[in-house]
Amino acid sequence: MYKKLIFAMLVTLCVATDATAQKLRINVQGIAQPTPVAIVPFGWEGNSPRSPLDIAGVINNDLKRSGRFAPIAETDMLQKPTDGADVDFDDWTILGIEAVVVGKLIETGDNAYTLQFQLFDPISRKQLVGYRMPASRGTMRAAAHRAADMIYEKLTGIKGVFGTKVAYVTAEQQGKERLYSLIVSDQDGENDHKIMESKDPIMSPAWSPDSRQLAYVSFEGSRSSIFVQTLRSGNRFQVSNKPGINGAPSFSPDGRKLVVTLGGVDGNPDIYVLDIRTREATRLTTHRAIDTEGTWSPDGRYIYFTSDRAGGPQIYRISANGGTPERVTFEGSYNARPRLSPDGTRLAMVHNDRGNFRIAVMNLETKDLLILSSGQQDESPSFAPNSDILIYATRQRGDGVLETVSADGMIRQKMASGQGDVREPVWSPFPRF
Amino acid sequence: MSYLKIFSVLLLSALLAACPKPVVPDPDPTDVTYGGDSGADTSGASGSGLGDGEFFGEAEETLGTVIYFDFDSSEVRAQDQDIVAAHAIRLNEDSFASVRLEGHADERGSREYNIGLGERRAQAVRQLLMIQGVNASQIQTVSFGEERPEAMGSSESDYARNRRVEIKYPR
Repeated sequence: MYKKLIFAMLVTLCVATDATAQKLRINVQGIAQPTPVAIVPFGWEGNSPRSPLDIAGVINNDLKRSGRFAPIAETDMLQKPTDGADVDFDDWTILGIEAVVVGKLIETGDNAYTLQFQLFDPISRKQLVGYRMPASRGTMRAAAHRAADMIYEKLTGIKGVFGTKVAYVTAEQQGKERLYSLIVSDQDGENDHKIMESKDPIMSPAWSPDSRQLAYVSFEGSRSSIFVQTLRSGNRFQVSNKPGINGAPSFSPDGRKLVVTLGGVDGNPDIYVLDIRTREATRLTTHRAIDTEGTWSPDGRYIYFTSDRAGGPQIYRISANGGTPERVTFEGSYNARPRLSPDGTRLAMVHNDRGNFRIAVMNLETKDLLILSSGQQDESPSFAPNSDILIYATRQRGDGVLETVSADGMIRQKMASGQGDVREPVWSPFPRF
Repeated sequence: MSYLKIFSVLLLSALLAACPKPVVPDPDPTDVTYGGDSGADTSGASGSGLGDGEFFGEAEETLGTVIYFDFDSSEVRAQDQDIVAAHAIRLNEDSFASVRLEGHADERGSREYNIGLGERRAQAVRQLLMIQGVNASQIQTVSFGEERPEAMGSSESDYARNRRVEIKYPR
């Protein structure tokens, strides 16, 4: 069985250079100081002696892992109210706490609960959020993440991504063979499910915009083909199995098409747009070079892709209707695997930084390139749906592990997996409630 | 092209196959793919005489089946041209035989781009076979990029072993 992913806070690095830094308090060494907050243990009103889930624990972990908050320990709390009316603001201001969360879980019926919480600013003595939502045993964890999202957004102005998911590929050595698995988990690594496994490589997972399907490349039968699989049912269908390369799928914003790489018998990889329903493929590039790793801009107008038509790999873009490609990256000898931020302002890529392959983000307006990671073989950057965080794969003692980094490079954390070689993480879109 | 010339090249490469290869970091690529069958090798190379059809039948085991490449290159190196030439002869001899060229890349850089690099290497070998008369319909290519490394490490010599094309005869 799959070991749970364990997350470890790493470092919070900081250079206070841009506007997003103002939410963080910067000390003289230039180290970001996370905001002290208190998530008071939630009350439980139900028949069983104990709450079925430690709601405050889930919220605590979410806020702590964001790197922007430092929840205080329960033992340091001077009071533990579960209702807003019982909050004594002085008990929190004296500890320097800048936000207090109280709440409770109420059993309302057979497998029916209400989760309610309130967020207070003890300095202004005001309630910032009060919210209650229904939950079942199956949705309780998601409800706790949603509460954390609301708290995070209220305090930072940035939409939370605690309720989102991550898909990734693992490879485990089993005797002489390797077992490849496609996994979907909550963004904190909990609640992981194996979507597909194979003794042949699995590559390049991509989320559909409604986060109900994954496209991926499978080498079953020792040749490449592209599948689209529905997560809930497990049903999958093959959308491309042409001779040669079938690779690098990525959904269009409307979810009806995939941009893919097809190679043909002569092995010249080019960018195609594939209609998922009709399976009709329209060729976009015709160059002799390697053209691959296509991805749509969020407005659907452009497709960004990697091409080595100028020698080494660089990123280009072409109108989604075809036309002449236009080069986008010029800095350095190697820029590949483009991914746009969902807000359309930034482009993430794998960038060769003096011999090390690292994750870099280019501001599309200023063209400034910011290197976000510090490994030697970092790859597969993917933006969270709030455009504020990226996930990518790096190496630790020979195995692939996942890391997240804030888009400004200030907060980086490792997400260590207990088993196998973990690679190709992709962050899901926001869930639709 | 002189058939005799190719023939002597084959003989030479068969003899060379018995010696350790000095340049390629992996000293015996044949051993990797056909490790269990090595007992059959020498009888094929040294036993049967020239002109004997049997020689080619056993040739698969004596031929090198892995071609290695320099960093960022899809050029078949001079010392490996003979191996490809020998496979060309084999495929020309038997027009029903088909070969699968599996291209690979080292782990550096982006995965899907490395699929492209592996394919480019497989295509380089394919072109070389076709120049020597092999029919396109006899050749299949597939690229595994960096997904199926021969060497698991991350040293320069591991990378050199992973930049390769494996020549396989599906049964």
